[in-house]
Parts: sequence; structure tokens; C-alpha cells
Amino acid sequence: MATQSATIARSHEATRATNANQGRRISKGAVYIILTIMAMLWIIPLLWAVDTAFKPETETTTIPVSWIPTHFTPQAFQEVLQAGDLPRWYLNSILTSVVITVLTIFLASMAAFAFSRIPFHGRNAAFWLVLAGIMVPAPILIIPLFTVIQSFGIVNSYWGIILPQIAVSVAVFIFKQFFDGLPHELEEAAIMDGASRWRVYWQIWMPLSQPAIAAVAVFAFVASWNNFVWPFIAVTSTEMMTLPVGLATVQTSYGIHYAQIMATAVLGGLPTLIAFLFFQRQIVQGFAGSGLKE
Amino acid sequence: MSDTSIRQQVIQRDASHSLKASPKRASRWRLDLVGWGFILPLLVVYTIFLLWPILLGLRMSLFNWSLVGSGTNEFLGFGNYAEALRDPDFWSSLWNTIVVTVISTPILVVLSLVLSLMVNSVTGRMQWIYRLAFFAPYTLSVTVMALIWSWMFEPGFGLLNGALTSLGLPSVNWLTQPGVAMLSIVLVTIWWTLGFNFLLYLAGLQQISKDVYEASALDGAGWWNRVRYITIPLLNKQTLLIVVLQVIASLQLFGQTYLLTSGGPNFSTRPVIEYIYDSGFTNFRAG
Repeated sequence: MATQSATIARSHEATRATNANQGRRISKGAVYIILTIMAMLWIIPLLWAVDTAFKPETETTTIPVSWIPTHFTPQAFQEVLQAGDLPRWYLNSILTSVVITVLTIFLASMAAFAFSRIPFHGRNAAFWLVLAGIMVPAPILIIPLFTVIQSFGIVNSYWGIILPQIAVSVAVFIFKQFFDGLPHELEEAAIMDGASRWRVYWQIWMPLSQPAIAAVAVFAFVASWNNFVWPFIAVTSTEMMTLPVGLATVQTSYGIHYAQIMATAVLGGLPTLIAFLFFQRQIVQGFAGSGLKE
Repeated sequence: MSDTSIRQQVIQRDASHSLKASPKRASRWRLDLVGWGFILPLLVVYTIFLLWPILLGLRMSLFNWSLVGSGTNEFLGFGNYAEALRDPDFWSSLWNTIVVTVISTPILVVLSLVLSLMVNSVTGRMQWIYRLAFFAPYTLSVTVMALIWSWMFEPGFGLLNGALTSLGLPSVNWLTQPGVAMLSIVLVTIWWTLGFNFLLYLAGLQQISKDVYEASALDGAGWWNRVRYITIPLLNKQTLLIVVLQVIASLQLFGQTYLLTSGGPNFSTRPVIEYIYDSGFTNFRAG
């Protein structure tokens, strides 16, 4: 099996080749037009939100609806940042998402390493047990899960938000797929030299696994950052809310101040959008490598 | 020389066989210990926060259980199930979920495939821009998405009705009219989640070797035939994954409806019934 980097190099060649193959001019023009129209449809709601956020409150409710405000003002942003708990929600979201991501990477990669490389009794049974978790629909678990964290006394705490979001079978699956594709030679040689399994995992496997780590990190971070339902249940006070939960409360508390609501939405959506801009390459590679290769 | 051939044999066999080939390595029970040691942290978390809640949920479903205070924890057997099955709200909410799943899944699969094919044929900067445009909504949390769309759908000053009135068309109560509200939810779901499928397909497309296309081009296959007989079969894995994930996601539909049409549950007081709350989450009581 080819290594990850070779696969990536090949994929770039493939892109270029496909492009060269579909050379006809007219159809190409049509493709551009259709794509541009579709892209506009996808982008307009976002632009509309940004546009509204920069309007003074009085201009959001004019008829006919207009795109260009007479006064461009960051006033809504200022008010939202001063009045609300937004900075606190940011902090909560960052903290919980980072811890969830790090713990997911460690627990999932360790387990996947054992599933892929250590022949122990009950390995297959344990692997299938973990994989079966993918099938469990999260909503069914919410109320029993709540009673579990209640019995641990971690309702409305960071651990209450974090711990139930860690057991992600998909991450184990992605790591296992990746580890299965790595050549055996390295590990055999290291074990012959007397290295422990832990050292093989920590000093050989993990450094080699950067693409898989990147993929899992992105998925885990975005999933926990955007998770609405669980924090919504697990948190009972305003100052413990994560961003999505907090944002859900502003619509009612602001009344019909649409500029402020949109300013909040823009501030809430910006971090993940920026993260995507920065990590686009890793995300696309993560998608390509997430257990879908031949 | 013999060393390398042994090495190759070891590589070709799977891990458990390679163990037999070198019995002087760690003994069997030691491997068991190390193996379980590696999966233990995950298993602990997994058991407490997934397996245990499943059992708990099954047990709760058989009792008249209340989250607040000491509810009458009497044993009901399958009474809760019977009650849910008799409840027309349960069936209508199940029906709503199925309708949304059946409508949105094919659209999301086909549209994302078509868009990824087109974007894949575009080069350089423009590909980057299109990719960003289609994926951007997916990066938003359900709340941000709902805030933006409740503004888009706003009956008086929202952009959609603004566009309709400027075209001389009557405005629509996007979220409060029963039939329309469902379509609005589907529309929003497509806008929001298409990016994920799109990117999966795009990643898959970029892994297809150019040799395949060159060979078929030499054989005189046209663009459509190449797509039909080469690209789509090669994307089978992606399609399977997308359809499965899509159906799971659609069946779990909650955030959109809860935030947009507030056909929502009130679980702090609700007695726990295994699938009443499942149906509560997918409830559509629009208006």
C-alpha cells in the first residue's frame, strides 16, 4: 500500500490530468456560470448576515429590503461584546473543544494502535464493540447520559461537557485504517532492538501519523465546537455555556434587534470559518484519508 | 539472504501470525496485558458514557421515571412503549422525520456529486473559491445557522420575502405555514450540510488516477461515459459512506427544527420514555 504522501502527490497529478481531459471550451464556460450561480446562492445568506450586522438597528427593518446601509457602523458588534457573555462563551468553547480534541486523539490512537498492531485476546470483540458505537443515535442517549453525569456530580461543569463527547468510535476507525496501512518493517526492527510497545507507539507511530492526527483533530474540534445538543443539556448556568448554546439564548433576549443578532452570529461563526481557511489543505486531505482509500 | 526472506514472510502475514514466527518475543499473556492496557483508557470512557447510558435508557423505558425529584418509579413493563405507539404525535413526528430524510438525502447526494464533479474540472484559484463557498456553511454551528436563517426567513424584513416582493410575488410565511415550514427546513438543511458531502466527493475525485481517464479517452469514451462508467463506480465507497451518514444525520434531525420552528421538547420535566424523547427531538409542531 502506498504511503500517505505518495497518495497525496498522486492526487495532485490526478487533478491536473482530469482538468486537461475535460477540455472543451463551451462546456467549460457553462460549468463556470452554473458554479458561480450556485456559489452565489450559498454565499448570499452569509453576506446578508454580515451586511445586517454593520447596519444601524433602524435600517434593518426598512422596506424595501436594501443591501447598502446609509451608515456603515460597527455599533452592533460593540454593543454585543460589551453587554453579553460572549467572551466568556468563547473561552468555554475553546477550553472544552481543545481538551476534547486532545483526549480524543490520545485515547483513540492508543486503542487503534492496539487494535492494529498488538495481537491480544479479545481484540476483535473489543474492536467491534467500539465500532458499534458509530451506529448509536446520540439523541437516544441524552437523558440517560444526563443521569450519569448527575450521579458523578459534574452537571454544569467543564468535565460534564467534555467527558461524554470523547468516546468517538469514528476516530478509532480513522486511526486504525491509517495504522493498518503503515509498513510492518519499522515496528519489527524496533521490537527486535528491544523497544517497548509504548515506545513504538509514542516515538515511531505517532510522528508518522500526522495526516491521521490532523484529520481526527479537525473533525473532533469542529464537532465539539459546534455541538449544540449536549452542552445545551449539560449546562444550567449562563456563564458555563459554550458558544452555540449561548447564541441560542440571544435571539430571545435581544428582541428584534437584528443587527445585534447578526453581529453575534458573525462573531460566533467566524472562528470555525477562519480555521477552515487556514487548515483547508489538511481538512481536504483528512477527508481523502479518512478510511476511504483502497 | 535468508534473513530478508524471513522478514518478508513476517511482513506478509498478519500480526498474530508474526507472533508465532518469533515465539521468543513477549509471552502471550504479556501481549494481552499490553493490548488491553492500550485500549483501557478508551474503554473506560466508552463504557461509562456510552454503554452504561444505553443500558440505563433501556431500563428507564420500562419504568415511569422522572428526572426531577423522586418520580413514581413504578414498573410499567412495556406500558411506555404501548403509550407511545398509541400517541398520534409520535407517529406524526416519525412521519416528519421520514419525509425530511426521504426528500433531503437524494438531493444532498446527487447535488453534491454534481457540484464536486464541476468544481474538480475547474483549476487553480477559482476551485479554491468554489470549494470555500460550498463548504463555508458547514463550518457554522447549528445555532449560528439558525440565527442567520431565521433572519433570512423573517416574514416582514427578511431577504427571501424582500426578493419575492421586489419580483411582484406574494410573500411567504416560511416558518409558520405547516407545509412550507417543512420545505424551509429541508432547504436550510441542504444549504448547511451539503459542504460535507461535497468535500468527501471532491477528495475522492482527486484520488482517482489520471491513467484511468487517459486509457478511456484513448478508447474513445466521451465525457458522460467516463463519468457514468468510471467516476461514479470509483466513488462507490464515498457514496455509501455519504448515504449512511446522511440517513443517520437526517434521522437525528433536531437542532434546525428546535431553533427555527421551536417544535421543541421540554425534557427537564418530561417522564423518560425511550422513544417519546426521540420523537420529541424530531417534532415539527410548526406554529
